[in-house]
Amino acid sequence: MTVNVSVQNDDFNVGELYNQLATDSRSGAVATFCGLVRDDSGDLKALELEHYPQMTEKALHGIVEQAQQRWPLQRVTVIHRVGYLRVNEQIVFVGVASGHRDAAFEATRFIMDYLKTRAPFWKKEHYADKTHWVEAKQSDDEAAKRWQGSESCGD
Amino acid sequence: MLTIKFFAVLRERLATDEIQLDVTESTPVSELLEQLKQRSEKWHKELSRYDLLCAINHEFADPAATVRNGDELALFPPVTGG
Repeated sequence: MTVNVSVQNDDFNVGELYNQLATDSRSGAVATFCGLVRDDSGDLKALELEHYPQMTEKALHGIVEQAQQRWPLQRVTVIHRVGYLRVNEQIVFVGVASGHRDAAFEATRFIMDYLKTRAPFWKKEHYADKTHWVEAKQSDDEAAKRWQGSESCGD
Repeated sequence: MLTIKFFAVLRERLATDEIQLDVTESTPVSELLEQLKQRSEKWHKELSRYDLLCAINHEFADPAATVRNGDELALFPPVTGG
């Protein structure tokens, strides 16, 4: 399996990342997910992404390894940006190439659900007059827990 | 020395990103937390108020796990990436 994991300030090009994923003759399916900075309030200036540099890529590789143990995957790409990001900017990309669509869809979802709860990133919202640390959501915990005990490997 | 790193809201409120402690004998993280809480009212409040997570040498760890000189312990609130 070819794994590309990166934690970076720079933006990424989804088209280029897709093209890299779609190069293995065994891959009949490529699933991708891209997360963007969302503004529910209408006055968010920027999102600040902090991380734990020595641990982050290691944690992401660990999550990809767990996905690999569950599904037959040929290529996995995980890109997560850090620093200051404005509304609508891309934050995270997960892409998976596999033989069939079920494995590609499920592995992409699994990696995102685990990344949300097991990779050391923290978001801080910047508004014109205040800042606010985003709090962890119970729904994210529940999404990650759904995978525990399910060793399914559909194709 | 043991290195203890703090992240996100914890780092901000404690106004420090890293401290060094001399821990010659293996000590559970939970015991170290109790020692750190004695530093001041602020430390007590901040280290008590969250569902704190910890990592030892860059791997998530249980508070019952032990650390000693040479290790890197990280303390942080639940993660919010993605």
